[in-house]
Amino acid sequence: MKLFQYHRPTDTQSALDLFQKNEGAQYIAGATNLLDLMKKDIVAPDHLIDISRLPLNSIQNGPLGVTIGALALNSDVAMHQIITQQYPLVAQALLAGASPQLRNMATVGGNILQRTRCPYFYDIAMPCNKRQPGSGCGAKEGFNRMSAIFGASDSCVAVHPSDLCVALAALDATITVKSAKQERIIDFKDFHRLPGNTPEKDNILEKGELITSITIPKNNFTKFHNYMKVRDRASYAFALVSVAVAFEIKDSVILDARIALGGVAHKPWRAYEAEAYLKGKSDSENSFKAAAALVVKEAKPLTHNAFKVKMAEQTVLAAMLAIFN
Amino acid sequence: MNHTNTISGDSTDRVDGRDKVTGTAKYTAEIPLPNLVYGVLVGSTIAKGVIKKIDTSAAEKAAGVISVITHKNSTKLFGLKKSKTAKKLDLGLRVFHSKDIVFNGQPIALVVADRLEQAQYAASLVKCTYEQAPHTTDFGTHLDQARPSSSKWLSDTKRGDVTAWSNAPFKVDQAYTTPQEVHNPMEMHSTTAIWEGDEKLTVYDKNHAVQDIRDTLAKALKLEKEQVVVNSEFIGGGFGSGLRVWPHTFAAIIAAKMLKRPVKVSVTRPQMFTMTGYRPATAQKVSIGATKDGKIVGIKHEAIGQTSEYEEFAESVTGITKMLYACPNLETNYKVLPLTYSTPIWMRAPGEATGSFALETAMDELAYSLNMDPVQLRKKNYAETHPDDNKPWSSNHLTECLIKAARQFDWEARKPEPRSSSDRDWWVGTGMAVGSWGAWRAPATARAVLDSKGNLLIQSATSDMGPGTSTTMVKIASDASGIPMGKIRFELGKSNLPPSPGQGGSVTVASVGSAVYDICTEIKQKLLDIAVETLGETYKEAKIEDVFLINGKMGIKGKPASLVTFADLMEKKNITEVEATKTSSSGEEGGKYAFYSFGAHFAEVYVHKYTGAVRVTRFVSCVDAGRIMNNKTASSQISGAVVMGIGMALMEEQHMDHQHGRLVANDFAGYHIPVQADVPNIEVIFVDKADPYLNKMGAKGLGEIGLIGAAAAIGNAVFHATGKRVRNLPITPDKLI
Ligand SMILES: Cc1cc2nc3c(=O)[nH]c(=O)nc-3n(C[C@H](O)[C@H](O)[C@H](O)COP(=O)(O)OP(=O)(O)OC[C@H]3O[C@@H](n4cnc5c(N)ncnc54)[C@H](O)[C@@H]3O)c2cc1C
Repeated sequence: MKLFQYHRPTDTQSALDLFQKNEGAQYIAGATNLLDLMKKDIVAPDHLIDISRLPLNSIQNGPLGVTIGALALNSDVAMHQIITQQYPLVAQALLAGASPQLRNMATVGGNILQRTRCPYFYDIAMPCNKRQPGSGCGAKEGFNRMSAIFGASDSCVAVHPSDLCVALAALDATITVKSAKQERIIDFKDFHRLPGNTPEKDNILEKGELITSITIPKNNFTKFHNYMKVRDRASYAFALVSVAVAFEIKDSVILDARIALGGVAHKPWRAYEAEAYLKGKSDSENSFKAAAALVVKEAKPLTHNAFKVKMAEQTVLAAMLAIFN
Repeated sequence: MNHTNTISGDSTDRVDGRDKVTGTAKYTAEIPLPNLVYGVLVGSTIAKGVIKKIDTSAAEKAAGVISVITHKNSTKLFGLKKSKTAKKLDLGLRVFHSKDIVFNGQPIALVVADRLEQAQYAASLVKCTYEQAPHTTDFGTHLDQARPSSSKWLSDTKRGDVTAWSNAPFKVDQAYTTPQEVHNPMEMHSTTAIWEGDEKLTVYDKNHAVQDIRDTLAKALKLEKEQVVVNSEFIGGGFGSGLRVWPHTFAAIIAAKMLKRPVKVSVTRPQMFTMTGYRPATAQKVSIGATKDGKIVGIKHEAIGQTSEYEEFAESVTGITKMLYACPNLETNYKVLPLTYSTPIWMRAPGEATGSFALETAMDELAYSLNMDPVQLRKKNYAETHPDDNKPWSSNHLTECLIKAARQFDWEARKPEPRSSSDRDWWVGTGMAVGSWGAWRAPATARAVLDSKGNLLIQSATSDMGPGTSTTMVKIASDASGIPMGKIRFELGKSNLPPSPGQGGSVTVASVGSAVYDICTEIKQKLLDIAVETLGETYKEAKIEDVFLINGKMGIKGKPASLVTFADLMEKKNITEVEATKTSSSGEEGGKYAFYSFGAHFAEVYVHKYTGAVRVTRFVSCVDAGRIMNNKTASSQISGAVVMGIGMALMEEQHMDHQHGRLVANDFAGYHIPVQADVPNIEVIFVDKADPYLNKMGAKGLGEIGLIGAAAAIGNAVFHATGKRVRNLPITPDKLI
């Protein structure tokens, strides 16, 4: 690991200023992702700005919904009453991720910004356009069992590994970010990007911008929702496929439906077409089956991950059926 | 041999448990030494070729760096100088002695610095260019290039009519594969080397065969055995990975010699996948023919195992098929396929773990084709004697294992049809398999010292890689001598202690346990001799069998007046301690019987109907390992092995990128082993009957047996649950949806 300078501001403005002032700066929160990347020589910041002491960890209900500070810990969010009672899908997704020890360190902002787990990204002896633009994509022709089936490009087939983000995508959250110049609010669906020719950019955050909070709008999904994660072992593994589903149902008619998937694309993947299909349909197995088929209609598997197509379809269906069983 | 059935199987806590959990016990990499510096290995980034240029200048200039060692500047060691010598002495990779690259991740440089972090950083600055040569890493597509093994101890077998299976009315003829697996004990490998001049070398090295390692090092360095000391006192798991000298050990020795100060080289977790061995992948074919009533008439078992291009590693994949079932007609065949990886090594139940997966899955398939209960099929084909040479078993309680485990599991309640049971979104299935493992005994020596206060020290150069050897030895000594466990200390893990075999192949209790047992009798005898000499009448006629030790005293059964304290006895002879050294080995029984441990495994699985996820929900193992010395550590051995079996069945697999000839995801994020949530309550039952011939304690080995057949039992349960037969491990969800 390269030597770096460590800063620990206690207010947001100082954090933003420190970033401006120091070339090669990077924020660090719970460190559960960034430290690994530094140890493996994947990133090598000259200045670490530790934001974990900033007062950005509250969880509060407002007129629009709940606002969660970027530095709230994954474990605290998962246990918070507002979340467990009004946004249980979020708690469910959080608890499906990592391990209790990691969740005790990991922050919401860090979770959203965690890098891919593609093994080629993690091995500096291998080509990876995301890590080293222009070096090629090792996974595309190599080992791609964990890779994307949606939205990949020739230059990158990596997937976004977060569980929390799948729920946030499903619930149309917004992200509030701040820079020295301005504050802006970004729709969750626009935050992460598809790789295209610039897979080194995971999202649309500008240099130096700090995530300060996320807001999840009020919803009527508390009754019918599910987060289901398929992985190679019972716990503590990244998703092969994960699914967040949520419904608003009245008299067996689906008024609103949300379907998002993890482990299948460079960003949390919303299945808009399937959602649209379900609106107005009855909450029957047949509707769910048809919707699940729509979810994977556009899937483009690689050599080792064709199973994900069927797995995604069946997991969507299973996640929906389980709500009513 | 008369087994004196005096060892109680009671559960005993580990004698070193507290030290281990409080950190008092120092593992190899934790041993503090003055003047110690740290070495970090740099691995090659190609699989095959030669080093064109290695640029160490930036690394050398980095803060704290003392030296960067490569093939260009390394001190040459006798054994590694010539490839012929290295081969002859079985030294493996000629680290820093050649510019050849023979596997991806091969150590090409060692960066030594004052601090570990400095060495780590500087290691990232070493740049190397290569001339690449084509590599072969894809096992599955090169099977036709397998060649017969040159191993002297493995043989292919032909018994009776080798075509018999194919003419039988019921048959199975299937192919199975098992992937490359990696040991990954919790503690990673590490070596610290300390030279005193050029004449004396001490290494602290994580291994579980201190004297074998010492002997190899002595040969490699052209030193006398006495000039090399190898210590490995506490071990955080080994599973076979600590049975040979690895490149990082030579690297530490080279660096310490060049720098004239102690050097520590620790292997990182990703390096554990390339530098310290692994279980080779196998491709197997099993063909079994049976009569209508389930009697096996012939078996053919062919196996190909992976090895490296610079050494041959061979293991007994088909061995279990030669002996487990009565079968007049048999053919086994084993070949090796050299690939561009590092050399494999023994990994718990080597050969049998993978061989039993194929054999016991095929047996399940046969049971289904016969429409016969798989337990019945095993009972039906029980071998009364060893089928190869008709030697009687020293003991074989396989049938009892089957009966006891089946009863505990409630096997009777099972509906035999596949896909016949479900619970909500899950298919539920049950399966079983059996296993066996040779029970061996090697000569072992123990030394004992009893002081006048009744403290007993016993020493032998064995290891405790995790099974609780220290505890078991203290227990055997206590039961054999009568001295309470709290007054006994067992010293192991140092090469200059009395000779003992390395810890592998489940030989420790049978071998070292025997030595400990015998040395306790010897100490008693010595005390008796003193008593006879100094106490006159009382002890004159006393027989050793009637002599007992209790509370620091010796006495004769039924003669309370005979009690005499050790202190008094020793004072009479003007000595302060009684000391003895003795070697124990098996007698002529060794050649007369076939010695094996046996086990039966029963598993219940849930398989998710939509996602293909598998959960093992129940597991029962019944094991015949002779008499059990310590129920607690023995049960832990079996449940630990079953956990490994769950890993083998459901998730363990080293992935590779064949384009680059390089492992991918070689860390704990990419290589999955079971977590707590994958492990159900494992019920372990022991037959607990003494083996009459292997040793006086009646104990057979139990380090491996818990794994053998475990993966097949789970796979068979998956078939029962889903009707899908997965013949290629691991059974990941993608194979079931
Ligand atoms: C072994 C392991 C298993 C895991 N399993 C899962 C899993 O199953 N599911 C899952 O979802 N996740 C999993 N994770 C990922 C884990 O959730 C993330 O590492 C964690 O959420 C990151 O949060 P952090 O606060 O530690 O981020 P850090 O590591 O501190 O930072 C991560 C990145 O975010 C940036 N950053 C952090 N906060 C801000 C902010 N407020 N504004 C701007 N930039 C910021 C940092 O600069 C850095 O680039 C796992 C991680 C590990 C190590």
